[in-house]
Amino acid sequence: MELAYLEISELAEKLRKKEISSVELTKYFLERVKKYGTENELNAFLTITEKEALLQAEEADRILSKDPNASVLTGIPYAAKDLFSTKGIRTTASSKILDQFVPVFDSTVISKLNSEKSVLLGKTNLDEFAHGSSTETSAYGPSKNPWDTTRIPGGSSGGSAAAVAAGLVPFALATETGGSIRLPASLCGVCGWKPTYGRVSRYGVIAMTSSNDSPGTIARSVKDLAYTAEILSGHDAKDSTTSVKDIPNYAANLRSDLKGVKIGVPKEYFVSGMQPEVETKIHEAIEKLKELGAEIIEVSLPLTKYGSLVYAIVTPAEISSNLARFDGIRYGHRSKDAKELLDIYAKSREEGFGDEAKRRIMTGTYALSAGYYDAYYLKAQKVRRLLVNEFNDVFEKVDALVCASVPNVAQKIGTAKDNPLFGYIADQLNIPASMAGLPALSIPCGFAKTEDDTSVEMPVGLQIIGPQWGEQNIFNIGHAYQTITDWHKKYPKGFGE
Amino acid sequence: MEEKNVTNEYTPVIGLEIHVQLKTKSKMFCDSPNNPDETVPNTNICEVCTAQPGTLPVANKEAVRLGTMLGLALNCKIANNCKFDRKSYFYPDLPKGYQISQYDKPIAEHGYLDINVDGVVKRVRIRRAHLEEDAGKNIHPEGLGYSLVDYNRAGCPLIEIVTEPDITSAKEARIFLEELRNIVRYIGAGSADMEKGTMRLEPNISVRKPGQQELPNYKVEVKNINSFKFAESAIEYEIARHIEMLKEGQTPKQVTMGWNEKASQTVEQRSKEEANDYRYFPDPDLPVLKLSDEFISNLQSALPELPAAKRLRFEEEYGLPDEDIQNLVNWKELTEYFEEVVSEIQAWIKAEHTNEDELKLVKMAANWCLQDFSALLNAAKINPSESRITQENFAELLKHIADGKISVTAGKKVFSEMFEHGGEPDHIIEDLGLTQISDTSEIESAIDNVIKSNEKAVLDYKAGQQKSFGFLVGMAMKELKGKGNPQLVNEILKKKLE
Repeated sequence: MELAYLEISELAEKLRKKEISSVELTKYFLERVKKYGTENELNAFLTITEKEALLQAEEADRILSKDPNASVLTGIPYAAKDLFSTKGIRTTASSKILDQFVPVFDSTVISKLNSEKSVLLGKTNLDEFAHGSSTETSAYGPSKNPWDTTRIPGGSSGGSAAAVAAGLVPFALATETGGSIRLPASLCGVCGWKPTYGRVSRYGVIAMTSSNDSPGTIARSVKDLAYTAEILSGHDAKDSTTSVKDIPNYAANLRSDLKGVKIGVPKEYFVSGMQPEVETKIHEAIEKLKELGAEIIEVSLPLTKYGSLVYAIVTPAEISSNLARFDGIRYGHRSKDAKELLDIYAKSREEGFGDEAKRRIMTGTYALSAGYYDAYYLKAQKVRRLLVNEFNDVFEKVDALVCASVPNVAQKIGTAKDNPLFGYIADQLNIPASMAGLPALSIPCGFAKTEDDTSVEMPVGLQIIGPQWGEQNIFNIGHAYQTITDWHKKYPKGFGE
Repeated sequence: MEEKNVTNEYTPVIGLEIHVQLKTKSKMFCDSPNNPDETVPNTNICEVCTAQPGTLPVANKEAVRLGTMLGLALNCKIANNCKFDRKSYFYPDLPKGYQISQYDKPIAEHGYLDINVDGVVKRVRIRRAHLEEDAGKNIHPEGLGYSLVDYNRAGCPLIEIVTEPDITSAKEARIFLEELRNIVRYIGAGSADMEKGTMRLEPNISVRKPGQQELPNYKVEVKNINSFKFAESAIEYEIARHIEMLKEGQTPKQVTMGWNEKASQTVEQRSKEEANDYRYFPDPDLPVLKLSDEFISNLQSALPELPAAKRLRFEEEYGLPDEDIQNLVNWKELTEYFEEVVSEIQAWIKAEHTNEDELKLVKMAANWCLQDFSALLNAAKINPSESRITQENFAELLKHIADGKISVTAGKKVFSEMFEHGGEPDHIIEDLGLTQISDTSEIESAIDNVIKSNEKAVLDYKAGQQKSFGFLVGMAMKELKGKGNPQLVNEILKKKLE
């Protein structure tokens, strides 16, 4: 029986019917992680938690044997981006500065999955501190795209996307700041959910851009994302930016048609430089949505082009502040050459941070400096407010927006090298929703030839953006689409089965 | 003379920055205990206040409440919307690499505090008061070549009060500080103890030349002041130093000085020119703090009687001397105790319908509180509420003294006994046999005996030797075993000798 590419709901069914135990499932996926996920293979995993996983699986089996109403996620293996703090388990943020760092507490979403007895198999690779769009800024080298291992998986949650795409785990935790879930989900041909800002707790997620960071999930179907959303969402007393809004039964509410649903297609999202074949796939997907009964309306979001500019100021500014705590005093790397206090700071940070982190610290420090704050950060925040207003206006008319997740399919590893603006170009369709704190999905909608090699086809992602707290809208659209298409059922060759 | 007059025309310009540690159970942004008395390093810490990666701050509601109360007590406008900002700098005692503070939208602004300087009311304007978190403490063990950090204090809630430069002498500064301390204690916002560091002062001092209208073009900040006395000394020292420099045609450097307790002088710490750029920006982890008008007005009406109002009332209602009032009000717990004793006295007068002079008893209560009681409390290092003397027994003892049931000297004995072991004054007076003899026949018979057996002294007195009268009183008191009512003994003896 092929288990590797089954959805969470299918695996949960097998657990309930006692066709398989959580321990067996865990061992099965652990074998795959060890075979395909390691440094010389996909380089998707930085740490494998075999011992802890087996203990947790035993615990899950005990619950499953007693409680017929155990959650869908009970006993299901998963992986977590190595940006989530895990108590007693090494957490690096893919940075040398945290190379051997072992946290003393669990992030809130990890605690939630622990109480469901989901089984953590390990921690996945990412761009250092999530700064990037390819995993190439990771101190541990890039992860590889399972569809073509010479290509990037996208980033920053590239390890999580690659792990799900190759069937190493049924789902993975990831985080978004400006495309870090949608982008790798799109490039790896899997489904990614970027929640509304404040829907899922940031507590224990190593901060990048505090005003944007949104922990979410990558999985094999929209329905699976909906299951995880029900568990992960909610107010957290430890995160003042989380909302007390009720959490709908996202999965149970899913519909298979889109009658009466109004979907906007923003013309500004068909940017110049977009691969024509990608654009074709998006239009094909929109036709499918029409078939399902949706009303398609062309809309305009003229401020879209400013999204990346706002991001380019706000993000490094907050990063420069959030990375200040990595000072070599209490934890993390401390330079052996440091002789006095200033040395500890300068040398530890010099040795510990990679180029991209340093670049962002310097840019951000500059943007926040006396005399520049008003011109940069404050102005960017004002433009950000305008972006939010523009989205609000358009959501008066439509229930969701659709467009491409990424204008291109996956490039070769190395493309981003020496191109610090690489991420900003790849993310330009993702950033506006991030800056406005909106929920969004990326789901597979076909394949397109790569720009550098027409003999290779790589996955294309359809992006669905909802209004604030409009998770149900986008899950409904994504799920309906997946009832009449099977792009999400495709998986790459070469990983067994 | 002329020299002195010129000096006197220099006017000090002083503004104060005062940090007060708020008395909350937990720290400003996490659940770790806020305990300034903790002595074991790094025990009151958690992942948040040591800035472990991924942690987030959550504002302490009680700290917000206390900050609002203090702002109201200082006649400030409380902001309906205030926010927290990050103030960035690197230092080992600052775990996040930034301090969460309030930059351009503090919780309270535009207030004032009236102080009484030698009977004249002086208004000191409050520019702002803002909430922030404290840093930890760096420790440098002598000769060991390394430093240590204690994060117990990191993240403890502070309110920083900034005055306008309205203060013109060291004495005014001290009176302002004492009044602020009293207010903080009266509203229960903190202990405001300079010696313990729960109140910290950084005065900004400059001196205006004779005739100068505008503010001076420099100011000197003084740190490391940990008592009211040092505050006054440090400011006086700086004023004298500035005047001397200005008289020589120099302008003092804009620097931060530290008070050196041993040398009784200020010492330059660092030059202000190399001041940090703190790169303030709104903390994205903390939403705007919204304080409703209802929240603010509820706290306004919950404010207790403040020291100034109390002083006025003590003067008007009880006619106590200024110095007594000041001394009572400066000790919040003693004032509370005193007022409870007064209530007992009033209740008793009302119940018994006596002709007792209430004001006389109240004044006695104030005296006993400030003298014997204070001395005993200070020696035992306890607060009035911790003493064994109940307010009821305190009042009853005063009543017995006023009635002449016991002498003042005996009263002091009973008071110490009550303080040591507790108990009711009646029982103690009886146990110690201290009841004063006011029975005239008993006194008369004792005096008759004395006159009989001291003929010489009686003759000397009649011959005009006043000294002998005292001797005879003493003998009578001895006969009465020291318990005779001195007034009656005097009267009766005088009559018998006529």
